[in-house]
Amino acid sequence: MALILIHAAEQGLLYGIAALGVFITYRILNFPDLTVDGSFVTGAAIASSLLVTHGFDPFLVLVIAFAAGAVAGVITGLLNTRLGITDLLAGVLSMIMLYSINLRIMGRPNISLLRTDTVVRIVAREFHSLGNMSVLLFVTIVTLAVMFILVFFFKTEIGLVLRATGDNEHMVIAQGVNTKRMKVAGLALSNGLVALSGALVAQYSGFADVGMGIGTIVTGLAAVIIGGSLIRSRKVVWMTTSVLIGSLIYRTAVMFALRYGYVIGFQASDLKLVTSLIVIVALVVPAFRERMARRVKTC
Amino acid sequence: MLRLENVRKAFRSGQDIVLALGGVNLDLAKGDFLTVIGSNGAGKTTLLNIIAGTILPTVGRVSVKDRDVTTLPAYRRAQWIGRITQDPLAGTAPMMTIAENLALASKRAHRSLRLAITRRKRREMVERMLSLGMALEHRLDDPVSLLSGGERQALTVTMATLAQPEILLLDEHTAALDPANAAKVSLLTQEFVERLGVTTIMVTHNMEHALALGNRLLMMNKGEIIYDFNGGEKGSLTVVDLVDLFSRQHIVDDELLLEAR
Repeated sequence: MALILIHAAEQGLLYGIAALGVFITYRILNFPDLTVDGSFVTGAAIASSLLVTHGFDPFLVLVIAFAAGAVAGVITGLLNTRLGITDLLAGVLSMIMLYSINLRIMGRPNISLLRTDTVVRIVAREFHSLGNMSVLLFVTIVTLAVMFILVFFFKTEIGLVLRATGDNEHMVIAQGVNTKRMKVAGLALSNGLVALSGALVAQYSGFADVGMGIGTIVTGLAAVIIGGSLIRSRKVVWMTTSVLIGSLIYRTAVMFALRYGYVIGFQASDLKLVTSLIVIVALVVPAFRERMARRVKTC
Repeated sequence: MLRLENVRKAFRSGQDIVLALGGVNLDLAKGDFLTVIGSNGAGKTTLLNIIAGTILPTVGRVSVKDRDVTTLPAYRRAQWIGRITQDPLAGTAPMMTIAENLALASKRAHRSLRLAITRRKRREMVERMLSLGMALEHRLDDPVSLLSGGERQALTVTMATLAQPEILLLDEHTAALDPANAAKVSLLTQEFVERLGVTTIMVTHNMEHALALGNRLLMMNKGEIIYDFNGGEKGSLTVVDLVDLFSRQHIVDDELLLEAR
């Protein structure tokens, strides 16, 4: 039981980095970006192929994965801002292009990392005195570091402009900002984080698979929405914290569903259906609640 | 400072082509304060849009400080041009705090990865908000969406001041406010224009304002400037004269008469 919770926490935090990426596009930039389903795999693909075939350092590949994801984000951004393709379609096109590119990177549909040194294995080895808490501790530190860098960034001059771009674009243009460039930058940052998450998840679970990114947008949204309904704050530090908490809750729920779901007839393959239903409910409930509140007022 | 040469703007409306501006020529010197009146559809807002760069003219030339800016994108022109519109929601970012909005406006070029709001900047912000007299100095960390229309518009004017533009475009910027707030925002704008000597174009439906403010008055109709009064001429005009001029053009509508009472 305790072990399930530890694993849920580890995964919640690792996928939480991807959720932070989704948070940047969905909540901050107001740009529903589907690139993430592809860029998550790109991170995992780059990391595992560099580890297995080129013997790269497991920590260095995380940085490279981030950069590759950022490039994917830039492509979506340029499709949207320079070529005028709508945001959803630009994301879908990138995602599909990435599917082929990811296969090219990996050379085959999946890569096993069982015989390779990964960050998770290094950490477990170096800090074996901590027992089965060592990986959790490492994952917590990495995720919190990413979160606090993000929080700081959103308080800088450029970060402020990025937030305002999603909030009132015309006003930002009037402040002398090229908002197209800001959107591209935001998408780069978002997809960089998603790819970093993919690279970490691949090293954590010991494999990369070309299909592992399916539904990244939905699980990311689930974390953003679950967290946002628990912590209602407009402060960036609380919003990002809520995303991580949402991701932790979601992963714990998934863990229990996978383990005990058979009792009520669930199969592991039902997971994406259930996740999407949760997101639908979470999206609809606030609007519904608002309508009810208005109806009460007008009565 | 600002020059428009033979600026025309045509919009396509179904099969027809509507001429929103038909060959406007305008030359403003530094420190000029121009008021613009005209009935709906006269082309006043189109004129401001073309100056600000949010739409491009079909033909003609726009120059600022002797530099051709006809095709320069709006965000590049923002270094000289500030604009306040009728909509109090337009000039601020609603989800962000007052302090963050002020910080956005106070640095307009060379933005970096430095913290946007330092302690020193906060103190300056408190000073600025105190001078508004709207008790906003205690609410620096409130999101702007919680502010009233008047408060938001006052904040927008303050942000325009921070940016120190050389040209200020006011598009009926007090029209959506209640009388008390309209007077306050109007006064605030006037102080700002006088203090910085900024070249200003103000579009208004209020003929008294159009006469009381500025050193030049344009009357527009159907995309053209039909009257242009300078300094002395403008000083001797009355609301009755204006309505008379309007009616001579057969463009008096109910709204104008109401404005003139």
